[in-house]
Amino acid sequence: MRNAFARSVSDLADDHSAIILLAGDIGNRLFDGYKEHHPDRFYNCGVAEAGMIGIAGGLAASGLHPITYTITPFNTMRCLEQIRLDICYPNYPAIIVGTGAGLSYAGLGATHHSMEDIGLMRMLPNMHVVCPGDATEVELAVRAAVELERPVYIRLGKKGEPQVHSQPPEFKIGKGVVLENGTDVALLGVGNMLSVANEVSAGLKQAGISTSLVSLHTIKPLDDDLLAQLFFDCNKVVVIEEHGLAGGAGSAILEWANAKGVDASKVVCFGAKDAFLTACGNQQEARCLLNLNAESIICNLQEHF
Amino acid sequence: MNWNLISAELRAQVLELSHQAKAAHLASALSCIDILAVLYESILAFDPKNPDWPDRDRFILSKGHAAAGLYAVLARKGVLRPSQLATYGKANSLLEEHPSPNLPGVEAATGSLGHGLPIANGMALASRIQKKSFRVYALLSDGECNEGSVWEAAMFAARHKLSNLCAIVDFNKWQATGRSQEVLALDPLADKWRAFGWAVEEIDGHDHDQLSTQLSRKCEGLPRVYIAHTVKGKGISFMEDDNNWHYRVPTRDEINMAREELGLE
Repeated sequence: MRNAFARSVSDLADDHSAIILLAGDIGNRLFDGYKEHHPDRFYNCGVAEAGMIGIAGGLAASGLHPITYTITPFNTMRCLEQIRLDICYPNYPAIIVGTGAGLSYAGLGATHHSMEDIGLMRMLPNMHVVCPGDATEVELAVRAAVELERPVYIRLGKKGEPQVHSQPPEFKIGKGVVLENGTDVALLGVGNMLSVANEVSAGLKQAGISTSLVSLHTIKPLDDDLLAQLFFDCNKVVVIEEHGLAGGAGSAILEWANAKGVDASKVVCFGAKDAFLTACGNQQEARCLLNLNAESIICNLQEHF
Repeated sequence: MNWNLISAELRAQVLELSHQAKAAHLASALSCIDILAVLYESILAFDPKNPDWPDRDRFILSKGHAAAGLYAVLARKGVLRPSQLATYGKANSLLEEHPSPNLPGVEAATGSLGHGLPIANGMALASRIQKKSFRVYALLSDGECNEGSVWEAAMFAARHKLSNLCAIVDFNKWQATGRSQEVLALDPLADKWRAFGWAVEEIDGHDHDQLSTQLSRKCEGLPRVYIAHTVKGKGISFMEDDNNWHYRVPTRDEINMAREELGLE
């Protein structure tokens, strides 16, 4: 996903002269291509995330289109108030890109885990929250975010995430991508858990359970029409995310169901419990600890049928 | 320019705003009123009828709690109408006790301290990237210099030699709960900025002529900060250097006494 982001922002900057890329002392080689083509539109803001978001606010206030990039917790919660006041309150076109969604940096310890960012970002008025499901969606998401010209948070994985889409899907911020249509279970894969949701779908189908599979790449705003259809068609609406259960995408779906008066008891959330994760190994090992691997999710869901 | 009269009228306006809205931070507005007067009367390039003019100089009141001072000067310059000014602190008014970016003439949402200088960095950088000549001014409080983001911004501005950026610290030696030197070790403030790579000038923040001369200087190769020595509550004898007026609201009798001291009665 990281490489897809770097490639995509470099391509977009060719056509959008207002794009200014800000990085928090990260991506040393990652942006070589961008810097080569746009040397005067890249600024390393140092290890100073609050300052970086403020700079983004000042650039956006002056008609430019800043994109800030650094490791997820540092680019969201470290500078939350700057995002709230310098970007969201004036409703500026600025894109906050967090790399290392969820447990991408599991082995680096809880300092680098990002299990609260979806909740934090979706609480901010005017903010859009986008979690691309694979490298193809990253490229589409960055383009869509630039064209939206509003505050957008893009949650990237790291690198090497499995490719889910064989062809670029139609991509619109606020509209989920339907990969499969079924009637028993709707599986909503969020961001870097899309590939896991894909595995879950395959496993459930083997067990004779009919599944819809959706890349729920936008957590805010939610796709009203698609959710209404899924709650109508399916017996279970399953949200799979590498994020805390508190405040995440599942929480957003529950709020949505309550607000719309649909049957919220259909919702099943897979995410992390309310605890810091420590000594958890690599990303896959950490997912197993949290029962967020495909096998565990399949076992759990089969109990519902 | 009759600076004394201009400042006296602005001070009287701020007193009236505080009284009518029962709004705090009066003394903080009084300490920077001379700086605001000079900036808006003789330094900033702006068009009162077109506050969004793209080539205007930017001014960010980073010490947003002095909003009443900003509103008073914006009204004096015709950016705000008198009828708008009268809505200060009332329901449905954009003139809140801290500046809202939704109000024409306000460049940033300030009031949470430490936001203005990073935003000013972005604007100064934008001016350079867009090959424009507008300059950016940010007015900070000394208490605000407690915030780490001020020093993050100071380093960025020095690294990129943002010579179109000018910071002014309203150094009244007080913050909400005590002397700024005692709350955190602020001194030596000028040396701190110098060490961060800025051109530094210490000035009298109530001397209009000095302010006019200094603030109109073009910077060469470095961002410049003015450490403006000021008195909190300046201009009203019974408020000067008395930190109770960080939160106190004046009575009608106190306003009358103050107006007399200001030579307005």
